[in-house]
Amino acid sequence: MTIGGPRGGGQPRLQMPCLGKMERMIVSMQDPDMGIKMRNQRLLITVIPHAMTGNDIVEWLIQKYGISEEESLHLGNLIVRHGYIYPLRDPRSLVLRADESPYRFQTPYFWTSTKWPATELDYAIYLAKKNIRKQGELIEHEKDNYNLLHKRINHTWDFVVMQAREQLRAAKQRRKGDRIVIDCQEQAYWLVNRPPPGAPNVLEQGPERRNCHTTRVQLNMDYYKREIEYCRKAMARTRVKSSICLEGYLKFNEQYVPHDPIMSGCLPSNPWITDDTTYWAMNAPTVTTPTKLRVERWGFNFSELLMDPLGRTQLLEFLKKEFSAENLSFWEACEELRYGEQSHINEIVDSIYQQFLAPGATRWVNIDSKTMERTLEGIKTPHRYVMDDAQMHIYMLMKKDSYPRFLKSELYRNLLAEAVIPPETKKRVFPFMRKQRHSSPSPALLLPAGDTEAKGEEKSRSPAAVPEEES
Amino acid sequence: MPWETESKALLKSRKITSFPHSACKMATEGLHENETLASLKNEAESLKGKLEEERAKLHDVELHQVAERVEALGQFVMKTRRTLKGHGNKVLCMDWCKDKRRIVSSSQDGKVIVWDSFTTNKEHAVTMPCTWVMACAYAPSGCAIACGGLDNKCSVYPLTFDKNENMAAKKKSVAMHTNYLSACSFTNSDMQILTASGDGTCALWDVESGQLLQSFHGHGADVLCLDLAPSETGNTFVSGGCDKKAMVWDMRSGQCIQSFETHDSDINSVRYYPSGDAFASGSDDATCRLYDLRADREVAIYSKESIIFGASSVDFSLSGRLLFAGYNDYTINVWDVLKGSRVSILFGHENRVSTLRVSPDGTAFCSGSWDHTLRIWA
Repeated sequence: MTIGGPRGGGQPRLQMPCLGKMERMIVSMQDPDMGIKMRNQRLLITVIPHAMTGNDIVEWLIQKYGISEEESLHLGNLIVRHGYIYPLRDPRSLVLRADESPYRFQTPYFWTSTKWPATELDYAIYLAKKNIRKQGELIEHEKDNYNLLHKRINHTWDFVVMQAREQLRAAKQRRKGDRIVIDCQEQAYWLVNRPPPGAPNVLEQGPERRNCHTTRVQLNMDYYKREIEYCRKAMARTRVKSSICLEGYLKFNEQYVPHDPIMSGCLPSNPWITDDTTYWAMNAPTVTTPTKLRVERWGFNFSELLMDPLGRTQLLEFLKKEFSAENLSFWEACEELRYGEQSHINEIVDSIYQQFLAPGATRWVNIDSKTMERTLEGIKTPHRYVMDDAQMHIYMLMKKDSYPRFLKSELYRNLLAEAVIPPETKKRVFPFMRKQRHSSPSPALLLPAGDTEAKGEEKSRSPAAVPEEES
Repeated sequence: MPWETESKALLKSRKITSFPHSACKMATEGLHENETLASLKNEAESLKGKLEEERAKLHDVELHQVAERVEALGQFVMKTRRTLKGHGNKVLCMDWCKDKRRIVSSSQDGKVIVWDSFTTNKEHAVTMPCTWVMACAYAPSGCAIACGGLDNKCSVYPLTFDKNENMAAKKKSVAMHTNYLSACSFTNSDMQILTASGDGTCALWDVESGQLLQSFHGHGADVLCLDLAPSETGNTFVSGGCDKKAMVWDMRSGQCIQSFETHDSDINSVRYYPSGDAFASGSDDATCRLYDLRADREVAIYSKESIIFGASSVDFSLSGRLLFAGYNDYTINVWDVLKGSRVSILFGHENRVSTLRVSPDGTAFCSGSWDHTLRIWA
């Protein structure tokens, strides 16, 4: 089977769970009590039984699912496009119209999941019938397909034509109403399974999943042994009561909603809505005066302060005053190790040792003796996680000790006092005149002045650095 | 018993005069193995059941009950603010740059484009040697992109503005899987990439050398998505796959820390809640779910009877109050994460929504679709 075409040999309901659900929807639509009220529909001079109007369908969906008309029309359209309902008038286009246009339910024989996948032979017979009936006047793409099939399955062509003739003969025996219905049913089926060029192919899936030949997974004894071991460990794990966890969401929500531009808007305005990039300029990684919201956010938790480049600079200033700036530098160096290039590991570990851990080091960090012992032992065989324990210790020190003091400090209080609240952008007098959208320098542009190579390397060396923006 | 008849046949044909000990041993081992495999499978199933019981013991309240105290959301209006046209085929994946306006997107025809989505200008374009580029990612520095798909690889392209340089010339082949690449993400730096593949594994790679740093085995089928934890001491990530499982991994040891199996179908997308204490998933079973890591269980299901098509991609708003989910029915549904109700449905795309990400500062989100376009909503 080609990629993009229907997956052959598999169960359609497995691959497209939506089909099963759509079918259940269809069945409930036809429920004698709660379903759509069907009646006879007049198609020119013929009367077609068990039909409904487009309006009926839309109304039923609105009532059943409590959705809007727009959503109902959208859903109804999808049902029609998948061939579960077909139009009687203009059967060549699988579209739902929310008016008096007549529609019918597709027979389960022709359901997408029943006859899966559509066979070349069936398609050939269908086209042959059409060809005979229209005396060679097929639509362009059907003509092309007909010719293609004629070449491809030429050996069975006699059978194809015979079947086509047989089916046409049997059709002549039926009443006109039935004939029209069967034609529409068949046509709808083929519109779904062999869409004309330009029309969307609803059966297209994307690359095949569970293509087991090249998978590394084997559901063998080892797999189940691992599952069993995982379950045993998981059973022993400590869990937190739901009530406590869920309270956490409420607290987080309360704290962060005012900072969520989609929920609470942003001042001066959302750049995407007003085309004004002042919001970005005022919140650039390094500005002279940060906004009030930003400074407040540094007070939420230590991570917020540390991860904001401006916040981190302020933290460094504060730590310098407390003579513990080496802690932050050490933490940054450890980050560089953890996320750095594999080939630089030995180099970085050595540099960290020399600067922070060696006896008499210029920026010696105060780690507890046990951790220090373990770390010094570990760096004999350096790897990227060798500083993890030490890094965690220093991180916790900053978080539990320095951070609370930072929040109470004059430095932070001044930052809060001096922080700006941007005024809301005045609504433009002529809103239909779009503001010019200026481009910004790409972070990928190498800095013009100085050693570009070194700067480039520096950029990739510092994992937390965010590209500078024009203020 | 098959081996009995076989050995009798062998004896009959006089190919062997007596029954070889090794053949007998192997044959009995084979039988023994079948029995043990079935019993192991049963043991695993029963333990899973017991685990669910344990998890249920501490579940004393539902999220929507707790959320009754929270104010309901008001009128919700989000519109398409930009439409990015330029891909000649289905858009499969996109990622934001840290500068909050640039994005990278990849499509079925192998094209990978970097846009300044604010101006809608295309800044870079490269054509991959394969089709169905299902994964792409922007490097934290903004200086490179990563992508891959049916080529089973993940390649890194440094972004250059040098007109004399062909982007494809500096391409670095980093990851090698044995099946399609479904997702990729840089870690905290440009130098490490995490990948997920149709071969059932995830892997961590050193970009410069292409060295495999760690591999993650445990999924029972294709892995379709992954997301890195935002937690401050971040060293975990979550993945979702065709085995209906979402698994949380320790990046350092390669071990699976936690596993959740409540979806009824493939998990197409996973995304951490901003606090890092939970993650959401989107699946072909037409539901999105929220899993809490401390409670170790599913705590919410976001579904509606009228939504029958799979969710392909999910992401949270900055505060985590809203969950945006793109679906295979061409729509985007916006969910109130706490109350569990649907806030809004967004129409606009004319085919499946295949990818969706909220911008780094939360001012907008971008959706990519099989209708060849990307849209920025705000």
